Formats: sequence, C-alpha cells, structure tokens
Amino acid sequence: MKTINKIAIFIASLALLASCGPGKEKKGNSGALSGNAAEKVYVAPGEHDEYYAFMSGGYSGNLTVYGLPSGRMLKEIPVFSQFPTSGYGYSEETKPMMNTSFGFVPWDDAHHPDISQTNGEIDGRWIFINGNNTPRIARINLATFETEEIIEVPNSAGNHSSSFITENTEYVVAGTRFSVPIPQKDMPIADYKANFKGSLSFISVDPEHGHMDIKFQLMMPGFNYDLSHPGRDKSHGWFFFTTYNTEEANSLMEVNSSQNDKDFIAAVNWKVIEEYVNNGGGTMMPAEYAHNVYDESTHTATSTMKKEVLTVDPLKVPGAVYFLPTPKSPHGCDVDPTGQYIIGNGKLSADLTIHSFDKMIAAIEGKKFDGEAYGIPILKFEEILAGTVKSGGLGPLHTEFDGEGNAYTTFFISSEVVKWKLGTWEVIDRKPTYYSVGHLMIPGGNSRKPFGKYVVALNKITKDRYLPTGPEMEHSAQIYDISGEKMELLYDFPTHGEPHYAAGCPADLLKKNSKKIYRLDENKHPYAIMKPSEAKVTRDGNEVHIYMSTIRSHFTPDNIEGIKVGDKVYFHITNHEQDFDVPHGFSMIGQGTSELLVMPGQTKTSLWEPKKVGVWPFYCTDFCSALHQEMQGYVRVSPANSSIPLSWSLDGE
Amino acid sequence: MKKAGIVMIIGSLLLLGLFALPLWNITLGAPQYPEPIGMNIYISGIEGMSEFDIQNIDGLNHYIGMKTIPKPDEMWEFQVFPMVIGGMAILGAIIGLFGFLGKISSSWFLGWFILMSILGVLGMYDFNQWLLEYGTDLDPNAIMKMVDEQGNPLSYKPPLLGHQKILNFDAYSYPLAGAYMMFVGMSLTVVAFFMGRKSKKA
Repeated sequence: MKTINKIAIFIASLALLASCGPGKEKKGNSGALSGNAAEKVYVAPGEHDEYYAFMSGGYSGNLTVYGLPSGRMLKEIPVFSQFPTSGYGYSEETKPMMNTSFGFVPWDDAHHPDISQTNGEIDGRWIFINGNNTPRIARINLATFETEEIIEVPNSAGNHSSSFITENTEYVVAGTRFSVPIPQKDMPIADYKANFKGSLSFISVDPEHGHMDIKFQLMMPGFNYDLSHPGRDKSHGWFFFTTYNTEEANSLMEVNSSQNDKDFIAAVNWKVIEEYVNNGGGTMMPAEYAHNVYDESTHTATSTMKKEVLTVDPLKVPGAVYFLPTPKSPHGCDVDPTGQYIIGNGKLSADLTIHSFDKMIAAIEGKKFDGEAYGIPILKFEEILAGTVKSGGLGPLHTEFDGEGNAYTTFFISSEVVKWKLGTWEVIDRKPTYYSVGHLMIPGGNSRKPFGKYVVALNKITKDRYLPTGPEMEHSAQIYDISGEKMELLYDFPTHGEPHYAAGCPADLLKKNSKKIYRLDENKHPYAIMKPSEAKVTRDGNEVHIYMSTIRSHFTPDNIEGIKVGDKVYFHITNHEQDFDVPHGFSMIGQGTSELLVMPGQTKTSLWEPKKVGVWPFYCTDFCSALHQEMQGYVRVSPANSSIPLSWSLDGE
Repeated sequence: MKKAGIVMIIGSLLLLGLFALPLWNITLGAPQYPEPIGMNIYISGIEGMSEFDIQNIDGLNHYIGMKTIPKPDEMWEFQVFPMVIGGMAILGAIIGLFGFLGKISSSWFLGWFILMSILGVLGMYDFNQWLLEYGTDLDPNAIMKMVDEQGNPLSYKPPLLGHQKILNFDAYSYPLAGAYMMFVGMSLTVVAFFMGRKSKKA
C-alpha cells in the first residue's frame, strides 16, 4: 500500500508540475490529487485495514466493527439486542444477558463505545458501551469480539453520559440524562424541581477479568447530564459532565430548558469520593439491578439480581464537585490529550468554550466562586476560561484531537468539521459533511495518545448520498485524511443502525489476539459432549435433553424418536470442529426462536416445543462444506400419550 | 587418525538430532487454507504443524475415504526407526572411538556410511510405500470417488519430495532439520574416511 501511495503521489506531483508549473502546488483542490483519494482508501483484495473502528449501533442496540480507511464492515457484535444471526438472546445460554429489573428486555439504544486503557493509552482488552434506554453498561471481550458482561444501572434514566473510561480503566462511568425521583415513587410530575435527582455512577472494573461492580453513585441536582469525559494525565482523577436543563423544566423542554444563558459542566473529583467511600462514607440504599455475566468456558451467561447500591451526597464530601458555567446547553464534553483543556460544545451557540484545568484548580484554591447551586460551588466563568473558538459554525456537538495540538469539532447545524488549534483557538480549516454530523472519531481520540491520521464523521442525515432505498436509509459516514494541514475528504460509506460515538485503534493492537476457535478440551458446558459416542437423549418428565455434536458434515445423532407433543425439547449442540472459521448452524422446523450458529468448540442450546405429530427435519444453516446440504436429520414426534421409547441413532448405530 | 576419529564420532552422533527434530514435512495448502495445514514426521510418530492439523487433515480425508493418519502404535516403523537410528549412532561413535585410538582403519568409517546409506534408502522406500498405500487404499463407500482421465481411481499419494497438486490442495513434501542433521552427519563420516586415509599415507 505504502509503495503504491508513494508512486501515486509521485505521479500526481509530476502531473501538477506539468500543468501548473512549480510553486503552485495546492493540496486537495487539483483533479489529479483528488484521484489520489481513491488510492488512500483502497485496501487491495486480501490486504487488511490499518485501523479497527467500533461504531455504536444506536437503536440497533449493537456494535458494528469496521476497517479503516476502507470503510468495510467486518462484523456486527450483538450487545443489547437479540440477534437471530447467531442466536444471541435466543439461545438458552444467552437469554440471561437480556435480564433486567424490568424482566427480559431484548433491545436497547447503544451510544458511546470506549476501549479500555492503561496509563492513558488504549490497551485493546475490552470495549464498553452503554444502553441508553433501560440503563445498562456492557463489556465486550476484544479477543472473542463477544459481549461478556452487562450491568444494569439503578437510579438512572436515559443512560447517556456513558460509558467513558478513566485512564487505567479504574472506572467505567455512567451518568443519567433524565433526572427522576430517587428512589422512584408515585408523585406529581410538576413537582420535578428540587425533588428529582440525577445520578452519576462510577462502576469499577476488575483489572484482571474486567468484571464490573457499581462502586458508588453520586446523587446530583436534578439536571440533565448529557455527556462526559475523563480527565487525563494532569487532570486524571477528575471527570467532567455537561449538563442542560439547569432550569429543571419538566415539559416542552426544547423551549423551557433553553432559557439559561449558561448551563454547567460538572467537574467531579472522583479520587476524593473514592477515598471517602473507602473510609466507610456513603449511604447504602435498597435498589434492584441485574448483573449478567457470560462465562467463556461454560459458554453460558448467568444473571444475578443485586439488591443495594452505595450512594454519595456530594455535599458531604468537601471538594468533590464544582460547576463550571458553560454557555448555551453544552452537549459534548471533551478533554484534550494533555488533560489541560476541557471543551464545552455549547450546542445552541456558535462558539466553543474551553476551560483550563490549571485555572480551575487555582479558582478552587482561591475560592473564586459565583454563588452555588444546591450547595455546589459555581466557579467564576472568567477565572477558568482558557479561550473561545470563534468558529463561524453553528451547533457545535463534539470535539476530538489528533495529538499534534489540533482539535476537530463537529457542527450539526452548519454540517461541517472544523479544525482549530489548541492554545491559539484559531480556525485552521473546515470541511462540509453529508449531512448534519453528530459525533466524530479519531482512533485513540479519547486517550493521551490519539492516532491522528484519519477522522470519521458520523452523520445523522443521509438523503442523496447513496442509491435510494425508500424512505428509510442507513446512516452515512465520511472519512477524512487529517495528516496534512488541511483535511481531505476521502470516502463515504453507509453505517448500520444509528452510530453515535465510535472508538478506533490500530489493527495491530487487536489482530494478534483475535481468537480463531474455542478449545473443545476447555469446554465446561454442562451439556457439552467431547466425543460423538457420548451423544444421548434423556427425558425428565416432559423435558427432553438432546446431547448432540456436529462435525463436517453430520449431526450425531441425526434420527431421534420418542419425542411427544407438549415436550420441551432442548437441543444442546456442541461443534466438534477445531478448524478456523468452520461454524455449524442448527435450525428446527416450526421453532419459536432463532437458529443457532455454533463456533468450533462451542456449545449452544435451542428450545423447541413441538406442537404437531409427524416426522420433522432439522438442518445445518451454515454452508459448512461440500456436503452441507446433506447435513440434516429427523425428529419423530408422537402424540402426547404415546409410549414410543426415546431412541437415537446415526447411520443405524 | 585422531582427528578423523573425532569427526566420525561427531558425524554419527548428529543422527541423534532425529530424536528431537522432525525428519520430514508434508504441507497442504488450498484456497480455503491460506494458512496451510500440514504434518511433521518424526522417527517416532507424526505431529501436526499446528495443534489441530492432524484432526483437520483426517476430517478432510474422510470425504475421499482415506484412512486416518496413524498413531505411533499403529505403525511398526515408529518403534523400529528409533532403535535403528539410535543403534547406528552408537555404532558409529564406537567405530570412531576405536579409530581415534588407532585400533581400526578408516575403512570402517566407509563401511558404516554404506550400511547407513542402505538403511536410509530402505527407509525412504518404506516411507514411499506407506504414502502409496495411504493415498490409494480408499474406503469403497467414500463420499467422493474421483477418477483420473483413464477412469482409474485417483491416487491421493502425496509426493515423496517436491510439489504435487491433489484436487484443490497443493501438497509440498520436504525434509526438515532432523534429516538435514542426518545428511550432514553422514557426510562427515565420509570426510572422516578420507581424513583417515590421508593421515595413514602421511
């Protein structure tokens, strides 16, 4: 690739010299150079992309994996939503992943993925993502690219200022967008003001296994906590949350929560609160929330209902929380790689407000307060302001960084990405997006060490960018080369669901760890069989368990008799392949769930409740081999009162 | 003659490398196997290049009705070969020692080499026979019964040395480190013979 690029640049340069003469070289505008954009996103057949990009699926509830710069989609990882493609959320093993205090919730709205970090740099172990609707945080293993854990967040509603990671993955942080009565109770909605609360949850992450546990919930005033980001490097130990609706309106919010000239960024010193909690501080309150953990060795998830959560009143911890006044309902809250600048993207403003961490600390020490809100000190705006970016754009939402001292901000209303310089606040470049960009993503952008080669703009409106597909279309992303002074639009590609935020990292960080198979000899599933000779069918009342194995190209057993109408039949399928990319599928006629796609060495279970007498076929759904079409079997279903005994066989044996 | 004896001892002891290192390798690549699968043949058994290769080769071979790849206790060669190699290494070392002490002439070195060469050729012949049987003695109920242009059952015999196309697979068969050590060792015994002869003349 590199050589091709070099050759292409060389040829393009020659063309420029020939046409314009020396000294007139202007990047990005020439016809010859725009041809170079194709070279920059072209990944030859069989070659790999340079970066992974993980895009939230929004209302798909899932996470999609893309390669950059090609924009090729590599995988959809099911997280919060049932996924018939693999059987996730349908198989007996994964149904517990969707358990919540509200029961089985097979969908969510997934927004902000964030990759685990060590010393402020992404380490590629796990990726976390929030469920916005029924508040949850999920952890996905980046060796298997499978969801391993989901924890529900109690006392939260609209889990939006989530799921962002502190620089050693000490915490994954989840803030509530909607304030609610805590604890929930029957009360008039109009009594919102001063009665509702907003919770900010700090969920600890076990450094070895990644297991999540809510360490404490900070009970804040009843504002809307919109987005957040961790402090890093010098500001490590702090967390910053944007707020809107400091008016505490409860109806016609689009008007009533837009009246204050300034809302706040809440600066939370979590290290102080952690110490307070470790010394026995905080109040344990009753709560109900599910904690669902998938075990790779048993290939099975279990759901536990937790009964209490530790809450912290910010007024009881001196120095824990300060408000930074920030103009006009700030949306994105971003911290630059050095940890010095906190950017408030005031979405109803044309300008960006940048606070200085050093000035913030000085203002706190000098008690430069401008009153308080519910007992929380408000710092003086002028004392903490580092600068303002007069962008000329409209509707700033989010900012990312290239690690070279530049920042890139999306403007939803004026539909553009603006590049500006940290410290001087001057605008360097602006490029249109197609259309109405929300988040943007630079691989490693939410860390001390961004990889500032590309930025991806994630747009909300698609309209005419692709062949029309009726009223509903996929969303659209654009990738820009940001290695030069000016940004260069390279490519458009559609994205699945509605990506909000995304996270990216160099391909080399993950690809060496990506698993090829699950080891059969490490399979601890209680219904797994290690050899085809262990295949059997057992009955306990009307519950029938079929211990079945697959290998190219047959099921063992493939003829089963003695099943009766009204039985609950569990097919436990163990894939005996130990070869890369040889899954087998399983589907049964009339089944009320999805198929199963079973990876080599894995066991999955499907429940079938036969309703009709007859001889019913099942088959492999994955074209596993040249004899795939022959990979099938029959189950004989007899009337409920039948006395035909259970029997099973393969080739008469 | 002292130097020749030492070279003879080193040469024959190099055979012992075969106890730790593979003798031969057969690699199978196909469009579906961009990372080829294959087997390393030791004097005491066959192992996969990667952990599950033998299982996967057997899985593929079942389509064409080939037998599974033999375990060490399923072939007499895997018991006899280690004894022959071990015996010859010790014999060579003893001959070398006697040469070193000046008790015997260097013609013994050549004699050892000739004996070893005969055994080697017999071993290769046996190996080739096994490949032939393995590649042609197929299950009559095999899923796929392929025939060549003359209508005869297709042979799936991998090459003894070099490359051969077998259906969708490219089979490559080459010696490995253990064999190279044996070749070097045997060459050294010839060198020892000439060194011994030269020192006698001088």
